[in-house]
Amino acid sequence: MNDALRILPEIVFTLGGIVVMIADALLPKAANRRPLGWLAVFGALAALAASFWQAQLPAGTAYYGVVQTDAFSVFFHVLIAGIVLASLLITLDAVTSATESLGELFALMQFGAVGMMLMSSAVELLLVFVALEISSISTYIMAGYRRKSVKSPESALKYFLLGSFATSFFLYGIALVFGATGTTRIDAIAAAVSQAVAGAHINPLLYIGLAMIIVGLGFKVSAAPFHVWTPDVYEGAPSPVVALMSTGPKAAAFAVLLRVAYGALPQLHDHWVPILWWLAVISMTLGNLGALRQRNVKRMLAYSSIAHAGYILVAFTALSPDGIAAASFYAVSYAAMNVGIFAIVSHTGGYDDHLTLIDDYRGLAYASPLLAAVMAFFLISLIGIPFTGGFFGKFYVFSAALNSGMVWLTIIGLINSGIAAFYYLRVVAALYSEPTGASPIMAVERPSFPLLLAIFLTAVATLILGIAPGNVLHAAQAAAQTYSSVK
Amino acid sequence: MLTDHILTLITFVPTAGAVVVAFLPRKGRAIQVFTLLVTLATFILSLHLPAHFNSAQRGFQFEENNPWIASPAIRYHLGVDGLSLWLVLLATFLGPIGALVSWSAIKDRTKEFYFLFLLQQTAMIGVFVALDLFLYYGFWELSLVPMAILIALFGPNRGRQAAIKFFLYTFIPSALFLVAILYLYAKAGTFDFAQLQSALAAGSLGIAPQALSWLSLAFLVAFAVKVPIFPLHGWLSDVIQEAPTAMAMVVAGKLGLYSIFRFNLGLFPEQSRAIAPLMIVLAVIGILYGALIALAQIDMKRLIAFSILSNLSFCILGIFCFALAGLNGAVFQTLNEGLTGSALLVLVSLLYERYHSYDMTLYGGLAARLPWLATLFVITSLALIGLPLLNGFIGEFLVLSGSFASHPRWVAAAAIGVILSASYMLWMVQRIFYGRESSLILNRPAPDLNFREHVTLWPMAILMLAMGVLSPYWIRGIQSGVLQFPAVAERQAHGSTYVLMHATPAPPDPAHVTGGGTQ
Repeated sequence: MNDALRILPEIVFTLGGIVVMIADALLPKAANRRPLGWLAVFGALAALAASFWQAQLPAGTAYYGVVQTDAFSVFFHVLIAGIVLASLLITLDAVTSATESLGELFALMQFGAVGMMLMSSAVELLLVFVALEISSISTYIMAGYRRKSVKSPESALKYFLLGSFATSFFLYGIALVFGATGTTRIDAIAAAVSQAVAGAHINPLLYIGLAMIIVGLGFKVSAAPFHVWTPDVYEGAPSPVVALMSTGPKAAAFAVLLRVAYGALPQLHDHWVPILWWLAVISMTLGNLGALRQRNVKRMLAYSSIAHAGYILVAFTALSPDGIAAASFYAVSYAAMNVGIFAIVSHTGGYDDHLTLIDDYRGLAYASPLLAAVMAFFLISLIGIPFTGGFFGKFYVFSAALNSGMVWLTIIGLINSGIAAFYYLRVVAALYSEPTGASPIMAVERPSFPLLLAIFLTAVATLILGIAPGNVLHAAQAAAQTYSSVK
Repeated sequence: MLTDHILTLITFVPTAGAVVVAFLPRKGRAIQVFTLLVTLATFILSLHLPAHFNSAQRGFQFEENNPWIASPAIRYHLGVDGLSLWLVLLATFLGPIGALVSWSAIKDRTKEFYFLFLLQQTAMIGVFVALDLFLYYGFWELSLVPMAILIALFGPNRGRQAAIKFFLYTFIPSALFLVAILYLYAKAGTFDFAQLQSALAAGSLGIAPQALSWLSLAFLVAFAVKVPIFPLHGWLSDVIQEAPTAMAMVVAGKLGLYSIFRFNLGLFPEQSRAIAPLMIVLAVIGILYGALIALAQIDMKRLIAFSILSNLSFCILGIFCFALAGLNGAVFQTLNEGLTGSALLVLVSLLYERYHSYDMTLYGGLAARLPWLATLFVITSLALIGLPLLNGFIGEFLVLSGSFASHPRWVAAAAIGVILSASYMLWMVQRIFYGRESSLILNRPAPDLNFREHVTLWPMAILMLAMGVLSPYWIRGIQSGVLQFPAVAERQAHGSTYVLMHATPAPPDPAHVTGGGTQ
């Protein structure tokens, strides 16, 4: 029973998903399926509550030591439950036909959340792999959810092919690590490695395994040079799904990377820090330069998410508790602003996201001053202007990096953020420019209640993370304390 | 007590106003009236500062210092000294003026305009009062955003290009500036200005001299772009042309100059000294280059833009000669430029509202038709040229006399700039107001200043005279701030050349203090 409490949020989401699927099957074919979405929202709320509740559990493992609840896992559980909650609200706004096969979508979002949550609490690499697959497979299906559109299935297929390729890298990496250390448990790996380091004999398979794990996870967080799928997938997938998959699985994959790097292989930091250093530089640079050339907002945000993955990787190189806390904090602030902006992109994009060119946003301020203002706010946060979550995240990341002497990485990163300002600003300028004859104001439907709720929650979160980040910061720092390997 | 948080109030009343503006109805004048009241209230609150400022006391006054975030150690630390006191007042004084000048110029999207306008007020005041580098950087960056958006929204022709140019010019150096701040934090473990200052002065941080030079350079470049200093002025004329008047008034000058004073002189005195020869050369080039380009303009706004460049370069000259009079003059000149430059921009915008052109060759003979406008235009021009009894004279005189002892040749060259400024200003006045009445004037009868415009302009004109006649009142406060700088204090200690001016405080004279108030 105690063991079950340690995976309570996962259980809640699983039950929520099953309830939605059964209800979907029982409902007559022609019935309105939107209420199922509200059912899922309640599931997410319950999971959120369960995640918060877990904070009072003493840190410890369950199920023969494969799952660990600690400040770190609770931090990411809360984040993921929040992301799924907001994404469900956005989906409720975006579905046009009430009789589409919505039941599956709502259920899959919850099942995917189970995988993401488990990724952040698993301390057994095989369970991590299973969790990764649960999360990935739900995402592949969701990306192709709009069956009648051309782009959506294409996006799903690309995502699936490249994604499963990357997952196999990850699995192969685990196998090699097992070959080198004789275990797949995080703590046991750490012990075996420190023994090997003490004996000055490290099995070279370990290095290859580490590299393959980084490749697999690098794909999941869309770090360059493993990023090529991102723009196409984000462009084709339905926007509410992109809101989820650009933040949730990414946060979970970063959690795994933190566990592997700082939990299992801290002794090998001489080897993985340079790799992540380069991944960070390439991601930031390619992401920002790529985004400069985009005319489609969804593609632009895809490149921007590559760049943001790079910023988070900067924090990894700090090798300090502040670095871990900064990476975790950044994952939260990125989730808040990115889910928020996709809520608006989803609403204004219309059916099948056909209105997502930057030019389509011209004069949105005239059609809907509220949406334009909030979108501008999210863009400003993405640029990293002070008093927003985006700024504090960036500030904290680079502060941690500089504290560890990463001067050049900081300079490269902050110059990158200067370049990034350009393409975000282009959208802000479009929002507020007067509509011309060639590009009339986009017709914007009145935002529905769930959308307003989603926007409100994400905007408030972005603002609070910028002006009063104390609580989240404290939680992130407590999460970082679970890694005794760094001081 | 409310007065314990006077700086917080002054800084954030505009923000609170902006939030209210977001909920006011778009129709009618509610937004304008409300904004005017908010800016007036801010100004009245800020009058508390000079009334209770003690210029005999060194260090910061009206301080508020509370922890904000535990780790990283960020504090909410505000305070003013003689350096920032009058700059805060200038910012709050220009608030109502900006609201009034936008009254009829901004017709659509008023909610967006006034919301961002008030946010800009907070950002500017915040820059002057923040004493924690993190907080300071927050306001510094925040000051870019409303400005850039307003230029993009309201620029008549190429607003978007000008806005993006402005933003990138200022944002990328700011990124390097942030690196420097983070580096200091990594070494010192604090963002607090006073602690950093003493730690750097004691040399206890273990930063290599070369690294210190780079740090000071990162600070200086970010500020120099914002001033702007030649050759980083590329954005200025476009922005002045495209920005709404209320924004063009505040875009250049005081923020950057104040920051050079506070941080480059305050934190990096030796590095500032090392780079001074270069800055003096750039300042003199800026003075002459700006003035010469201004001479060649026929567009009034571009002329003003280059005259601003020229005048601001005087401040740089005053700063980097490190003489007390020059430093006093530089601060005073910063105030002058804020005041006179704003007045000129307002006047030109009034002309534009009447005749829809900035091309001065189309004007002529306006003095007879618009006598009040002409009068105020002439007063402002004379103040800018540096006519004795008006404020510009004091500033220029202090700068030139203060720096003459150490750099006679460069200062002699800079003095040519004074002559050139007289040429282009008087030429502009002559073209617009005298001579034959042009067809533009004849075809478009326009009224003279109305009540609102009088209310906008006269306070500025009176202040120009007051600052010219009663300069000791201002200089006294300024000097109390200037004397704190290590660079100046050091000079004093060595007893080397520092010129005491007639304008340095005579024994306190109560009549001046009451008579020369800021109203």
